[in-house]
Parts: sequence; structure tokens; C-alpha cells
Amino acid sequence: MALIELKKITKIYDDTAVPVQALKDVDLIIEKEEFTAIVGPSGSGKTTLLNIIGGLDKPTSGNIIIDETDISTFKTDQMIDFRLHNIGFVFQAYNLIPVFTAKENVEFIMLLQGVEKEERERTAVELLTAVDLSDRINSKPTELSGGQQQRVAVARALASKPSFVLADEPTANLDSVTANNLLDIMEKLNKEHKMTFIFSTHDARVIKRAHRVVTLRDGAIESDVITDNAMANAN
Amino acid sequence: MKTYFLLAWRNLWRNKRRTLIASASIFFAVIFALLMRSMQEGSYDYMVDASVSMYTGYIQVHAKEYWDKRSIDKSMELSQTRIGKIDSVKHVTLVTPRLESFSLISYGNVTKVASIVGIHPELENKMTDLKSKLISGKYLTEKSRGVMIAKGLATVLKVGIGDSVVLYGQGYHGVTAAAQVEVEGIINFTLPALNKTMVYLSLDYSQWLYAAPNRVTTISIMIDEAKKINEVHVAVRKLFDEKYEVMMWSELMPELVQSIEIDNAGGIIMLGILYVVIGFGIFGTVMMMTAEKTREFGILISIGMKKWRLSYVSFLESLFLSFIGV
Repeated sequence: MALIELKKITKIYDDTAVPVQALKDVDLIIEKEEFTAIVGPSGSGKTTLLNIIGGLDKPTSGNIIIDETDISTFKTDQMIDFRLHNIGFVFQAYNLIPVFTAKENVEFIMLLQGVEKEERERTAVELLTAVDLSDRINSKPTELSGGQQQRVAVARALASKPSFVLADEPTANLDSVTANNLLDIMEKLNKEHKMTFIFSTHDARVIKRAHRVVTLRDGAIESDVITDNAMANAN
Repeated sequence: MKTYFLLAWRNLWRNKRRTLIASASIFFAVIFALLMRSMQEGSYDYMVDASVSMYTGYIQVHAKEYWDKRSIDKSMELSQTRIGKIDSVKHVTLVTPRLESFSLISYGNVTKVASIVGIHPELENKMTDLKSKLISGKYLTEKSRGVMIAKGLATVLKVGIGDSVVLYGQGYHGVTAAAQVEVEGIINFTLPALNKTMVYLSLDYSQWLYAAPNRVTTISIMIDEAKKINEVHVAVRKLFDEKYEVMMWSELMPELVQSIEIDNAGGIIMLGILYVVIGFGIFGTVMMMTAEKTREFGILISIGMKKWRLSYVSFLESLFLSFIGV
């Protein structure tokens, strides 16, 4: 069953002097447990597509159905609630809360969900351990390296027990070793925890590991390829 | 809830210098406002204390209607028992009786209207420090048969110590009150209104002059704490029935109340302006803090934090900032 279904998604930015069509009639289905990379040159619409899937932006026309719920017509507060319970986000610039420790950052999203304190603490420690940060749970973002911060961001994204994780250029600011470590962790979470990951990326390291690569050009899907990794993963 | 407090508190210290400067501006504004108000309130207390000590006292007791008619016919019998009872009221420090009237005062070809006050010299001195205002001659005694006259009036009449002036007026129940009395002392008031009109006699002599034996028009009361005036007023009121009026200084000197109110309004306006200026200062700081975190707010909303929660955290930050300053 499709986890995410995009139907005829069009996005036109008309708040500029010349309206820009960022997406044109995009149809896309993403199944559960996929490890998908959305790729394309700058301006191809991949971030717009990711934002629309994540409910951060609204399409000009078309429908977004997630877990059989059409979110296209959701009001702002409804959308925030939906994101909180269904979508995990990993950003290029990590975007952790700078005044919180790693553990507090991971706990915070569960606090917003109303999870009890004990469970929050336990889950946060578990998730930070899963991303190999058990020894840095009380460190603040400024005391962590870029790779460590991004791993905290992954743990935070998973803390809300989302249906899927959207990662916008998650490795763009990381060196090769750190990026590979992060991708190892994400792959592991995908395989062992059946977590669906959707990346927007230019990074060849991510594309190389993706099970499916959707290429956008000028706001339309140019190609949609199931890679050998998917076969390997299935085996 | 604790986490929101923690977030707001830690956010505040992300830029220590800014927080300290903003708190310092609140601190100095509060100090300035407190000083300004304290000085203003203090000056009112001083004004009231100086005014009541000059003549009226904090509370006065009269026979009913005396204050409106100012007629010796509205005088009351002086009861030592009542005086004693007033004296025993908590916070009362001094009680002095007066017999007040108006008469013509003449010397040579000059005649003026004077405010004649029969006093208990010793008690009056304790209340108004009258003796210190004596610039020549001698202070009255209980047995004095002469007068103390205000300097301004003495100058107009061209009288000096030892000269005899004529008092001519109306006594109790229409009796003619006329006498030739010697000027025993000259007193100098800083207040022109008093300096041009006041003439003092001993209470005994004034009662004889106005044919009002054992009668007074006013019992003037001093208290130790101005703030206790309502309490004392209630207690004194209980000692007298409806045939008497017990008035506080604010009723006796409405013009003083008015000038205090006008000045106070000015102070409040100044305070308002100060708070508006400080308010804008804090608003500017909060705006800056908010502008700096616009991206962060976007991230928090994207991960599922509702806008009211963000507003709540920002409100807490402003609150903490204000509390630190205060």
C-alpha cells in the first residue's frame, strides 16, 4: 500500500515579478520502507517537492495523500499536528535547538506530542545510542561536530515515531567519512526499523546508496529508477 | 511546562550582553521610577505635615455647621473629659482647643479685619511651634491679657510692642465684643495670608472677650503617623454624636488636596512616559531576539511546535527579562 501518493501536483510561485512554475503535474507514489533519493539540478524543484510532501508548503493544485489521508486541504494547525505525529525532518543545517543538549533536543519533540517524562528520557537515550551518541547525550550542539549534530537530528526525527523521514541535503555539510557513517545509520534504521527515508540531494554518496532515484528536471519527473541496492536490500 | 521555562531561560542567555543591557535598562528605569515616585510621595507627606503643623492639625472637631458658617454661635462647650478621651486615642499626640472668630482691629486711624484666635499657649506652641515665629515681645501665657499680632498686620496698623489696639467684633449670641488690648508679641508667618490677618489671645481671655465662657470653636488634633489618619478619624468620630463634625485635613484644606492631585497627575504622566520609553526599549530587544530566531521558529513549527507554544516561550523570555531587571 502506498505511503505517500502525489496526484498532479503543480506549484507556481506567483509572488515574484514573473511567476515561476516549480512543479508541473507531478505524480509520485512512495511505498513504505523505501529509501528514496529525489535528485536533480538546482532549480529542478526537489526541495519544493520535499516541502510539499512534508506539508511545509501547499501545492497550487493537486493532492497529497499520506497514509490514506489527503493533507492538501489541511489548515495550518492541523498540518502542524500532522507533521508532529507523522513526519520526521532532517535538515541540511542540522537545525537543533542550540540551548538544549542532545538528549533534550530529542526529547523535545516527544514533549510536544505529550509523551510522559520517563518514556521521553528512555526513548531519547535509546535513539541517541542507536546513532552512536550514547557518550554525548548531555552535550549541547555547539559541543558536537557537524556529523554528530546531524546524527542528533536523525534521532530527533525518529523520536516522534513518524511514518517517514524527509531529509533535505542531509550530507551536504559533512565530510566523506562522516557522511558515510550517517548514511550507514540511516540505512540500518531503514533496514532494521523499517523506516521510510526520502532524501532531496545532489550528493553522489546518497544517490549511490538509494534504493530508488527519482530525477526531477524543470519541475517534472524525468526518470524514476529502482536501483540495484533495492534488490540487494530485498535479499 | 518546565521544558518551556528552560527553553525560554536558556534562550535569554544566548546573548548575555544583550540580556544584561536590556535588564540594566529595566533596572535603571524601575529605580528611577521608584525614586521619582518616592520623592513625590515624600514631598506630599512633607507638604501635608508642614501644612497641618502650621495651623489646622490632622483632624479637627467642631460643633455641627461651624466649618461652613465660621460663626462663634456655632461654638461648643469644652469638656475636659472629652479632651482626655481624644488624648487617649491611639496615635493621637496632641489635642489643642481654640476659640476662633473675626473682629475689627484698630490702631490710630487704621482699621483692619483680623482673624482672632484664642489659644492655649503651651499646647498651641507644641502643635504649631508658634513660639519660634515670635520676632519681638513675649509669648502669651494662659493668664495673658494682651495679644500677639502677625507682623504683616502690625506693619499695616503701624503698631509695636506695648502699643494698645482696639478689638471690636461680635461675641457669642450677638454680644458686643470690644476691648483695648496691649500688643505683647509680634509673630512672623511665612504664609502671607496668615501674616496679614492673625491675632492671638489666650483662650481664657478670648472666652471672656467673646462672652463664651468655657466654649471653643475648634479642637485640633495631631497624630504620630499620617497614614493612621483614617483609623484615628474613626476613633474620634465615635467619641462625638451627630451634633459635632470631625474633619480630616483633606476636608479642611481642599486646595492642598487639589494641588497634590494636580502634581500627582503630572507625576503619573511622567511615569507613564517613562514606562512607554522603557516598554519600547524592551519591545526593541524582544523584536531583535525574535528576528534573530525567525529561522529557528520556522524549524520548530516544521517539526510540530504550534505557534501558540512559540508565543508562550517568547512571552516567558520577555517576562524573565523584565523580572531580572526588576
